[in-house]
Amino acid sequence: MTGLLTAGRVRFSLALALVLLLEALCRFGVIDRFAMIPPSEILWHLGRILAGGTMWPAIAKTLTNVAIACVSAIVAGIILGTLIHRWRALRETLDPLFAAYYAIPVYAFYPLFIVIFGLGDMPQVLIGFMLGLVAVIVNTLNGLDRVPRALVKTARIHRLGPVATALQISLPFAAPYIFTGVKLAVAYSFIGVIGAELIMSRTGLGYEIGFAYNNFDNAVMYPLIVLVLAIAATVNTLFFLWEKRLLARRRR
Amino acid sequence: MRALRAAILIACILAGWQLLFWWAGSSALTSPLDTISYTLQLLGTPSFYPHLAETGQAFAAALAIAISCGILIGFSLGLYRFAGEVGEPVLVALYSIPKITLYPIVLLAFGIGMPAKIAFGAIHGIVPVAIFALGAVRSLNPVYAKAARVMRMPPAQIASHVLLPAAIPEIFTGIRIGFSLTLIGTLLGEMFASQRGLGYLLIQAIGLHNVRVIMALTLLLVVIAVTASALLLAVDRRLRGRAAGTT
Repeated sequence: MTGLLTAGRVRFSLALALVLLLEALCRFGVIDRFAMIPPSEILWHLGRILAGGTMWPAIAKTLTNVAIACVSAIVAGIILGTLIHRWRALRETLDPLFAAYYAIPVYAFYPLFIVIFGLGDMPQVLIGFMLGLVAVIVNTLNGLDRVPRALVKTARIHRLGPVATALQISLPFAAPYIFTGVKLAVAYSFIGVIGAELIMSRTGLGYEIGFAYNNFDNAVMYPLIVLVLAIAATVNTLFFLWEKRLLARRRR
Repeated sequence: MRALRAAILIACILAGWQLLFWWAGSSALTSPLDTISYTLQLLGTPSFYPHLAETGQAFAAALAIAISCGILIGFSLGLYRFAGEVGEPVLVALYSIPKITLYPIVLLAFGIGMPAKIAFGAIHGIVPVAIFALGAVRSLNPVYAKAARVMRMPPAQIASHVLLPAAIPEIFTGIRIGFSLTLIGTLLGEMFASQRGLGYLLIQAIGLHNVRVIMALTLLLVVIAVTASALLLAVDRRLRGRAAGTT
């Protein structure tokens, strides 16, 4: 515990030192204002933007799309993972696809989605969903692979059907692995949706960042970048803490 | 049997593609046959190769940087316990943030062109390589470390003769994932800030709504990515097989 606190303290100190260094470099002109504004100004502008309200529609849009993509990927991923696990031949057929999936440049499909669904939310959600889905499937399969035979036999003795077995025994046992997939799905959904917004979009945080960049508006661009990173890091941390709590309960 | 399953999978994908084409119409996408023939036509065009070469060049440089720096970081954090405790959460956090958001900063720092593409690809690939290298050092068999210590090997020799060989299977998995992310990063870099490369052609085709080019480039990229991934996976399995035999 002492070690953990110390490590955390060092981490915080390093981050703070980095921020102070950036502040000094910007103030003394080593980093051109054209390239970057000081961290303190970034925070000030961030406060101004959030208080002003004009960016809230874009923020709400992006977070909504990320949430939809993420939840869809998780639900569909767990269901598909469970079904694929029960069908051995399908599993073996799809394994190569899963292994190669993240080498496929998913963004290349974005224009296809735009043509089919129009320049709205659906293409972005689909990109996020596509990126997140396979992570959940693969981790669900990994988790289900590790369910002890003893538990499966116990389920059979109690005459549980396939659905009951999955819901009451297999999936709960596989939860830690599925959770890894969930965390990845969250990360990939952010990456997918915001990336799609940057490529071509009419609204959203990604679009606003690109727009500000194209107009050399550092007072808007940097605060929004910090905002996105802060949101992603916060969500990631919350899931990490939640996972830690779940695992602690299991260990007990 | 494996080949048969692969053939069935490909056949299903092509069939699905054809059905989608019939449903969505030619304004949205081209049929499998048209796409394949146009891709071959594109590959036969001399003006196409500078773009292919540019992407390949940027990707190779980015991957080299991602692998070398990633392994260096992973080993450093893995060898020194406290550094690992400090650094690992940072790496995990970096993995989850949407790095694409950083593209304006990358452009401002590196300018438009090859350096920005390389930087963008590298920052995508470096984190998974580092994480897996860190994991590899952590899970190193203690016997190896003790044997090295008994022989009084200097740190550099321990790293090159003991750590690296023992860690290769795990590191290679990180490299395989790093490969995928680096490719995506490089393409994204080209989409936003370049006058050449496959990513540039793709974004240009998007702007012009040139469905044939979009489909052809997408098919080409998918085939390249899947082929490379399959090769890396085969090497990965062979490495793990050898490692298992040794243990």
